[in-house]
Amino acid sequence: MSRIATPGDLVKLRDRLNAKRNAKATWLAVCAGTGCRACGAMALADKFEEEIEKRGIGDKVGVRRTGCHGLCERGPMVMVQPAGESYFGIHPENVPAVLDQVETGKGDVEQFRYLDEEGGKRVSKLSDVPFYKHQNRVLLENNLWGDASSIEDYIALGGYSALAKALTEMTPDAVLNEVKEAKLRGRGGGGFLAGRKWESVRKAEGEPKYVIVNADEGDPGAFMDGSLLEGTPHSVLEGLILGAYAIGAAEGFIYVRQEYPLARKHAQLAIDQAREYGLLGEDILGSNFSFDVKIHRGAGAFVSGESSALMSAIEGHVGEPRPKYVHTSEKGVWGKPSCLNNVETWANVPHIINKGAAWFKGMGTAESTGTKIFSLVGKVKNTGLVEVPMGITLRDIIFKIGGGVPAGKQFKAVQTGGPSGGVVPEALLDLPVDFDELTKVGSMMGSGGMIVMDTNTCMVDTARYYIRFLAHESCGKCVPCREGTRQMLNILDRIASGEGREDDLGLLEELAEFMQAASLCALGQSAPNPVASTLKYFRDEYEEHIREKRCRAGVCTALIAYEIDQSKCKSCGACQRACPAGAIDKGGKDGKVFTVVQEKCIKCGACFSACPDKFNAVTKVPALSIKR
Amino acid sequence: MAEKKEGKNGKAVKLVIDGKEVEAAEGTSVLVAARGVGINIPTLCYNGRMEPYGACRMCMVEIETSWGRKRLVASCVYPVEEGLKVQTDTEKVRKIRKMIIELLWPSWQAYADEYGVTSSRFKTGMTDCSLCGLCVRYCAEVKKENRLYFKGRGIERQPALVEGSELSCRACGECFNLCGSGWVATRC
Repeated sequence: MSRIATPGDLVKLRDRLNAKRNAKATWLAVCAGTGCRACGAMALADKFEEEIEKRGIGDKVGVRRTGCHGLCERGPMVMVQPAGESYFGIHPENVPAVLDQVETGKGDVEQFRYLDEEGGKRVSKLSDVPFYKHQNRVLLENNLWGDASSIEDYIALGGYSALAKALTEMTPDAVLNEVKEAKLRGRGGGGFLAGRKWESVRKAEGEPKYVIVNADEGDPGAFMDGSLLEGTPHSVLEGLILGAYAIGAAEGFIYVRQEYPLARKHAQLAIDQAREYGLLGEDILGSNFSFDVKIHRGAGAFVSGESSALMSAIEGHVGEPRPKYVHTSEKGVWGKPSCLNNVETWANVPHIINKGAAWFKGMGTAESTGTKIFSLVGKVKNTGLVEVPMGITLRDIIFKIGGGVPAGKQFKAVQTGGPSGGVVPEALLDLPVDFDELTKVGSMMGSGGMIVMDTNTCMVDTARYYIRFLAHESCGKCVPCREGTRQMLNILDRIASGEGREDDLGLLEELAEFMQAASLCALGQSAPNPVASTLKYFRDEYEEHIREKRCRAGVCTALIAYEIDQSKCKSCGACQRACPAGAIDKGGKDGKVFTVVQEKCIKCGACFSACPDKFNAVTKVPALSIKR
Repeated sequence: MAEKKEGKNGKAVKLVIDGKEVEAAEGTSVLVAARGVGINIPTLCYNGRMEPYGACRMCMVEIETSWGRKRLVASCVYPVEEGLKVQTDTEKVRKIRKMIIELLWPSWQAYADEYGVTSSRFKTGMTDCSLCGLCVRYCAEVKKENRLYFKGRGIERQPALVEGSELSCRACGECFNLCGSGWVATRC
């Protein structure tokens, strides 16, 4: 492939590529995101290709290994394009059935179609699946239609047209103004206006200037940025090039966390391809504008996602936040003006340039425009990757798109914003998803992690989980963050093990206020949020742990015990076989049914899981209720 | 105290610290400007021979900028600016300092009496090191030997000696008296 020298060349190439794509009547888009890969998606794609060759239909049917389709719960999934029919839970042995269906329309595929529980019907088209129906997929659309590692697919789908438009029709100022006008806010968590940040970098003194993609997504349960970068790396790259053009940067970095090997691989591939096509490097599209990008691999520290820490890491230092009150937009990498935005923020830029600020503002709320990607996980039926317009309510995301909490359990809270965020209780579910609204209730948008919790989740345990995470992921430099999380963890450990004291809640609150006020960087300042928000909405649960030594969710092992209901036990012995501690005896009811020997019990819960649902004889009870 | 890399060729800036009008060279930190007029802001990790580190947060003060923004900042890294109002001893900052002393108890008690701390409400386990980093930074910035470093992060963070440094560290010993608890001295 020779360089694309002019915008006209790009159009011609796109037409050629589209003709090539259209030459085959049908494409099978196999989801090859991290989740589906783990379920064998690559072997599935290989099997499809093998079977297609065997049947000699290679001229009609092709296979694409695309980015994440979103409904991770039902993977591996395959979408038949362009018809849009989708099959879920497909494994290599199901390949003939799918191909029969493609060839003759008579394949035995009904069982792989999505079952809409409400209507009780099977749904064939992806766009009719409730999970997708209520979404507004702008950034994730390419994840469905293009091969994740192919620049040709990206160009065929209209990729790099925003870059061509900017370089030929727009001045850097015009690009900057469009982003400002669109009110695009940083998707990494802070929600700072991207246009304003770009402007301050552009105006800052010092050359060269740098633009940087923050792909150090480390929140537990979050995979938005990873999926976007591995699914459509070129859209992120195109956004970055546009930003560089607007800001006047000649060099950029993509900082990818160590734990995202696939995203890193695809990002590198995208850079190499873009360079080969003349979309990166010297004199891009004959415009005299030159720009190039390097990938920097993170070393595994969560705190490196903080802007000044990330820049220290790029310089080769330990990823610790800098204490100075100087913005990285003025003094960033090597003391030069640097513009850092996260993956999703950059990926929005080509769409804004192509379709305009007015189109972008047409989605979302007045102050939070556009769409937002969330990773919806936890106790929810449809876990996966979700893109919705800002302003949609949490209830719609969790119940309409997520399908609610799996049967038999009740919704309790949703945790948003990762370790720096907080929990939102049921009463606030009608809150619109909006940077400012979530902050008001003590949580935050964060980068978009959303963990749904049911009544089997203990709020003390939840706070303890996040504080433990932060205590180990703090850089440890400043006293408030390091010692504050250490002491919070001590106190929460104490409460969870039934040793809580009456003044512990006051201590937690005092520590929270102190850390928020005195910590060096945003990690420490927001570290108390998980404690503060659970205390705010679920204080009674803390008090129960402390005063009654009771964990209503049955999670804190020190406060619960397992018992076997003598009237329900049918002596099947499943619990006894499962118990690793030999703590189950045939001692009850004249030696006919089983009992738990409390002295031996290690509270692992194996008996609880092993007891068949139809008996439900093993139960969790408060530890204090057991007579030893 | 000699000030490194600060206040050179800077033009004079006027600010108010605890009601006192102060003039300081541009680029000077609020901490140094305050100490210059006899106002002592307590510090743990600060030492004029090294770059300000901003880690102990003892030097936090309340400021109000000329455009009316109020906030708490670490004075060792906050540069003076025209019209800045600084309060170094308010209830808020005293509360923060007291908490810091408690959280580092008993490893560092220099200001314990002044802040009325006689014990800690926390089980700290901070027996002989407050992690101020003075030794690590002295070795790196002044001696340029880099014999000391921090290993681990978060609550696992601790100072460490580069393997095989014991003899040369004992021979140098310059950082020993920077340390309130003798951490380095007892390890080589």
